Formats: sequence, C-alpha cells, structure tokens
Amino acid sequence: MTTSTVKRTNARQWGPFFIESRETPPQSWLFTLSMLSVLATLILTGVIFALYGQNPITAYITLAGGTLGDLSSLGVVLQRAIPLMLIGVGLVVAFRAQFFNIGAEGQLLAGAVGASAVALFFPNFGILEIPVMFIVAFVCGAVWGFIPAILKLKLEINEVISTLMMNYIAISIVEWLVNGPWKGKNQVGYSYTDTFPDAAWIPKIGSSTVHYPTLIVALALVALVAFVIARTRLGFRMRILGENPVAAKYIGINTLNTTLAVVMLSAGAAGIAGAGEVGAIHHKLLDPAQISLGYGYTAIIVAWLARGNPISVIFTAIFLGVVFAAGDVMKVSLQMPAQTTNVINGLLLFFLISTEPLVKLKISLAQGTWKLER
Amino acid sequence: MMQPMTQDSKTPTTPLISLEGVTKIFPGVVANDGVSLEIRGGEVHALLGENGAGKTSLMNVLYGIYQPDGGVIRVAGNVAKIRSPQGAMRLGIGLVAQHPMLVRQHTVAENIALAVKTSFWNPTRLLEAKILELGEKYGLKVEPKAKVWQLSAGEQQRVEILKALIRGAKVLILDEPTSVLTPQEATDLFKVLNRMKLEGEAVIIITHKLDEVMAVSDRITVLRKGRVVGAMNTRDTNKNDLATLMVGREVAPVRSSGVTKLGESVLKLEQLNIAGDRGVNVVKNLSLEIFGGEVLGVAGVAGNGQRELVEAITGLRAVSSGTVSIAGADLTNKNAKTVTNAGVAHIPEDRLHMGVVGNLSVSENLALRGFEREPFARGELLDFKAMENFALRSIKTYEVSTPGIFARTRLLSGGNIQKLIFARELAQNPKLIIASHPTYGLDAGATAQVQNVLLERARAGAGVMLVSEDLEEVLALSDRIAVMFAGEIMGIVSASTSVEELGLMMAGQRQQEARA
Repeated sequence: MTTSTVKRTNARQWGPFFIESRETPPQSWLFTLSMLSVLATLILTGVIFALYGQNPITAYITLAGGTLGDLSSLGVVLQRAIPLMLIGVGLVVAFRAQFFNIGAEGQLLAGAVGASAVALFFPNFGILEIPVMFIVAFVCGAVWGFIPAILKLKLEINEVISTLMMNYIAISIVEWLVNGPWKGKNQVGYSYTDTFPDAAWIPKIGSSTVHYPTLIVALALVALVAFVIARTRLGFRMRILGENPVAAKYIGINTLNTTLAVVMLSAGAAGIAGAGEVGAIHHKLLDPAQISLGYGYTAIIVAWLARGNPISVIFTAIFLGVVFAAGDVMKVSLQMPAQTTNVINGLLLFFLISTEPLVKLKISLAQGTWKLER
Repeated sequence: MMQPMTQDSKTPTTPLISLEGVTKIFPGVVANDGVSLEIRGGEVHALLGENGAGKTSLMNVLYGIYQPDGGVIRVAGNVAKIRSPQGAMRLGIGLVAQHPMLVRQHTVAENIALAVKTSFWNPTRLLEAKILELGEKYGLKVEPKAKVWQLSAGEQQRVEILKALIRGAKVLILDEPTSVLTPQEATDLFKVLNRMKLEGEAVIIITHKLDEVMAVSDRITVLRKGRVVGAMNTRDTNKNDLATLMVGREVAPVRSSGVTKLGESVLKLEQLNIAGDRGVNVVKNLSLEIFGGEVLGVAGVAGNGQRELVEAITGLRAVSSGTVSIAGADLTNKNAKTVTNAGVAHIPEDRLHMGVVGNLSVSENLALRGFEREPFARGELLDFKAMENFALRSIKTYEVSTPGIFARTRLLSGGNIQKLIFARELAQNPKLIIASHPTYGLDAGATAQVQNVLLERARAGAGVMLVSEDLEEVLALSDRIAVMFAGEIMGIVSASTSVEELGLMMAGQRQQEARA
C-alpha cells in the first residue's frame, strides 16, 4: 500500500458493503450493470403499464408474444435491428476511441441521399446497382462524419454538439431535396422523389421486410470490426487510444489519423443503414422523419449496452429491435401510444448512464466488520 | 498478536493513542498484520518503512479512511471507533497529506475557514488573529491574507498544519512531509515539530528517509510487510541498524557507473524555452549536453520544470524556442515516435497512467513501442506469436513477476510494471535513456535492479538522464548533477557535491553563491 495507491483506492464502508474504486472493471461487472439497467427499465415501464390500467405481467406477455411469437413478428424485429446493428457497431468503435458521435441520424440521412442519387440518376449498373448504392451511401455518411471529426481534432470543437447540429443540417437538406429539386414528377401533392427503378430495390426474404443484403453487410461489418480491433495495427492503435489516451500520446500514435479512420468507419456504417431504409423499405427518398425512426439515437443505446464489444452489438441491436417492434404491439393490442417505446428507450439510456459511476467501483461484502461492530 | 510495547518507565501516563493488534486486509494483500504501537504526548514518533510496508494504510485506519479488519484503537485509554476523518478530528487526530489540498485561488485564512466552524458573515475576521497567534507560538509563519497559489510548497504545508491545529489536533500525522521540501525547508519544519512536542502534542511522521528519522524523532516504529519489526528509542539506534531492519537485509550501496571515457554527445539542448500548461515559460534558456556513457542527474524540488523538460525532449511537448538535438540530429518539436526511432528510451514519471495500458496484456504492453514494425507486425496484421516470444524472453531477462504474459498489466505490482517498461524501452538499445523518478514507490529489490540496469546501460555506452527528487539516489548514480530551480539550471556539479550545497541550489542559489 504505497502512498499513491492509497490515495486512489479511497475505500469506504456502506452498511455491510465495502466499496473501493478501481481503474479497470472486468467484463462480468459491466454485463451485470447492463442487466441491472434493463431490469430497472422493465420495472419502471411496468409502473407505466399499470398507470394505463394494464396488468404489467400480462402486458409483458402480450408484448413478448407480439414481437417474438411468430415468424412475421420476428421479421419486423429483424427489420428494425438491421439499421441499429449497422449504426451500433460503428458507434461501438467511435465510443471506444473516445469520439462521442451523436450524429448517426444525420449520417444515416446522408447515406440515404447518396443511395437515392444512385438509384434515381444512375439506374443502369445492373447487378451492381445495389452494391454501388451501398458504397456511395458509405462515402456520403463518412463525409458527414468527417466534418465534425476534423473540427474536433483541429479546433477542439466538442463533437457532441457538432455531430448533433449536423443532424439538423442533414434533415433540412433532405426536406429541401424532396420538396425541391428531387421532387418526383409523378408524386403530385407529396414530398417524395420518384419511386426507385426495380434494379435499386433491395431484395427481402419472402414476404417479410427483412432486407437480407443489408443484414449481410451489417453482420459482415460486425465481423470486420471485431477482426480489425483484435488483429490489426489499426485496431491495436484504437484500443490503446481508447483505453489510455495518455499512453497513446506517449508512444506517439497519430491520434488524428486514427480518430479520423474510426469516425469515418462509424459514420459510413450509418450511411449504409440509410441506403437500406430507402432502398428496401421506402423505395424513394421522402420526409426525413419517415426515413429514420430515430435509429441514430436508439443505436447509442445499442452501443452502450454492448459496452464496447462489437460482437455483442448483434444481440443488443436485436433487443432494441424488439423494443421498437413492441411499439406497434402496444398500439394494437394494449391501446397504448407507440411513443411509449421512447419512454422505454429513454429510461434504458438513463439507467445505463446512471450506472457509469458504479463501473469503476468494486462492491464486496465487508469481511469481519460485524465481528468488529459488537 | 497483542503484545503491548515495552513501556518507557519514565512515562507512566496513558498514551494519547494506542493501536492494539490492528489488522487491515486488502484483497490479496495483508497491509497491516497485528500492528501494535503507542503514541504519547510530547513525542515525535517516526513510522519508518519502505514503500509498501503498510505505513500509509495504518495511518488511514487511524484517520478513519479505512476500517480495520481486526484489532482495537484506543484514544486516551478508551476504545474508539473512527469511522471517518471527521470522527478522527473530533478525537483530536489531524492529518497533513503529502500533497496539500488547498483552494489555490483563496487566501490562507479562507482556506482555513473552510475547515473550521466559524461565523457565517466575514468568516475569516477572527481567524486571522488566531492564525498569527498560532503561527507565533509554533513558528509557523504565514501571511493569512496571502493567496495560496503565491505560497511555496513549504508554506502550503504550514497552512495544512495550522488547519489541523486550529481544529484542535492533539495528534498530528505527517505523511512524507519532506518530499516536497528543500533540505532547508525541512529543517524549518523540524523546528516546528519540536515546538509542538514541547506543547505536549504528539507528532507521527511517516517516512522512509533515515536521516530525518534520526534528526527529528524520539521514538521509532519500523514496519516491514505490514508487521512491526522493531520499536525503539531513537537515541538507542543508528542509521545502519534501521536500514537493515527496514529492508530485512544489508543494502549494498549502488556506485555510479565509473565510466571514465565518455562517448559522443547523445543529447544537446540549446537555449530551450518551454511553456507549461498555463502558457508561461516554465523552462527558461536551458542548455545542457549529455554524452554516451554518463549518468546526468537532474535534481530539484518537484515542479521546477523537470517534467516539462522531459516532455520536450521526448516529443510530448512543444518547445517555444531553442533546439533539441539527439545524437547530432535536430529533433526539435518532433513527435514521440520519431524521437523513439532516433534511439531515445523514455521511462515516464507516471508509469501507471502513461507507461502502460492497464487493460492490455503484459505481452501487448511489451509490444507497445514496436507493434507497427517487423517482427510484431506483418503488413497491417499483428503477429501475436512474435509478441508472445518477445514477452517470454523479456519477463525472464528482467525478472518480471506476473501470472503470465496474457495477464492484464494492471494486475502487476508497481515494481513489476516498471521492469516491464524497462524491458520494452531498452529493447532497441537506445543511445539516450530519459528516466523520470524510476524508483519512486518501488521496493528495495526492484529499486536495486532498476538502478543497476541504468548503470549497466551507461557502461555499455548509453547516455542516461536521471530525473529524481531522491537526492540520495541522484548522488549514488550520477556522474554529474544538474540542479533545476524555477526552470533554470542553477549549476552542473560533480557527484561529490555535498547535500547542503545541492540543497541551497535547489532553493534557488546559483552554484557560485551556494559554494561561497
């Protein structure tokens, strides 16, 4: 117990518990805290159900049946999970590199614009049409992320603010496009572009809304990110930068390039999600609020719940997909507003962030204290 | 376990504080194992031990920061439960931490007002008189209206002591009180402690410096690995016996490298000016040259520009003007990677936060410098096998004790983390080694190993810059010593210079004045 460690430890007792701080928590503790957050959210949401006159237990059974009970409802869950997975895995990387990207919503829209441009104005790539849409969407999203990233790295402009502001710019651009230059000649009275040609329709599984090419891209991206983090020099630089920026500086890692690479990967992934939404679900560019149902924000929860592990994103994205799908079930089966899901999302993020101070604490039963009390 | 200490027959009074069999266990470590000791009024009691011997955790138990896992604390004969520092203060126990905890923008009186019950309106009015009165009584002179940021480290420490005294402390614990002081300031502090003693108060001084113990204490308790290994009156012992008790064996003094024929210039600094974190220059017009084969010690009280100087040489801080040349090449304001590739090893001051990434494995941390190149990287992919082979060799060569090369580095002790850093930094046979406080907080074994490695490297032709606050270490290892004060070099002297002369230079006198 050297002087320095004692200063940092600063242990104290709280009832029968002994609380110490520690620098680096184990994975199991992170998982426990995430599960506690989910549990607390479910309990509080149960209270909301009760206030609506629903028995929380039966309400949860109804919701589980309505979202996971049969293949078609599972399809809806997966459809929601696809953009969440794409954006979520990008955010995991960004958060790990200490870049707090709140702008996935705008990056998704940038990607949607890019994909729409390909579909509307270059419809002749044949079998390559959809891959080109994905690539252009990735580039557009990445450019949208590059702007706040370079502002942060060069001018120290807080990325939480700038990425958020970039969302509103993206929304305005999409609104302008669908009301102005890109407004469809055949869409009288609506703010839509023309419907995409057939080649630009991203295929789906059977009659479901699961656009599997995007799902495959999402899963491939998860695998790629996991591989890059674990096996490559770039991944090693990212891990050092994320775990200990001081050590990264000490060994002379180029923070600028590494952060730019990370942010553009993150933003590009959100762009691909945008391509998936317009190419598979809507087949046109339309009102931004209809393109994304807040995926960019919900994916923050997906990433946070995954606690920095890219593979976990597959599961947390599906979980939040269930929450999304539950909104429809609530409206139909429980006569509750679908917006209740926003409350659930909000509570979940609230609890996840509330547990952050606990992450660095170690709580154990204090040994021998009772003996001493008497 | 509960052996009462041999009572001095001349003091029949109840001790102010007695610890009986106090045990404190942390996961995996017994910090204190059945420690018993008595603190009497009117004595300066030295708690002596190496870093990690359990001195600070014992005092944290007494000060209510930790709860003991066993044993009893008595205050004035009565069993006391000390649950918090507030509780300790109510019982008349005060602690002066190693680094002052004061609001820098406030005055002395305002800082003290924060700690005591005083009137709501104009809280400092009555205090100022009290501060002057106590200052007079104990020789703790401070201007109550001075802002804390204007005060030297020694004066800030006096404010902390005054704070404890005004709160009514009868027992004052001082944690490594001289670590931030010049030798002269330390002497002043000892005078204060003697006055307190005469007033019937008790002082506990935590230290590992034998000279201080001999100079100021009346009784000594020596801790080793959490146990009391000796308790005696100061007049009945001597430095050698204490050192042996403290370390558990005779310590062979380290000799400097003894290299007589110096190599070529490995580091040349010319007219360096470096801005600190607040934008003002904290290193001023500094010029210095280090040659292969020598150890240049940089002595000085912490905060006189040493950290900024090291950062500027190692590519972590930009210089405002001047040049940094390494082995003849101009590397002014180049980044850390370029500096490393030019043959510079950097043993950082903050080894836990800068030197390693705690959550990465031992093997990964050993590859931290080299992972971008062969053999650890093949193209963009990492070669983990090569990293592991290197790690296995390194932990063997440098005797790093670890559960394995895949263990997370944060699990290692400070000494083993330092050995790991040495293994990594010295792997490329650097021409220049910049070592900041390389033995701070290490146990005797690791200290000796680290010091020997530095000397070996100097004998093999590397230039070493050793920045340390530990004068004994600087004197033992260096061929030449540069003393820094307020960002300037007060003089570069030989290793045979006396501690007194170094002390005067550390306090801001130039070499000639100090000698005169």
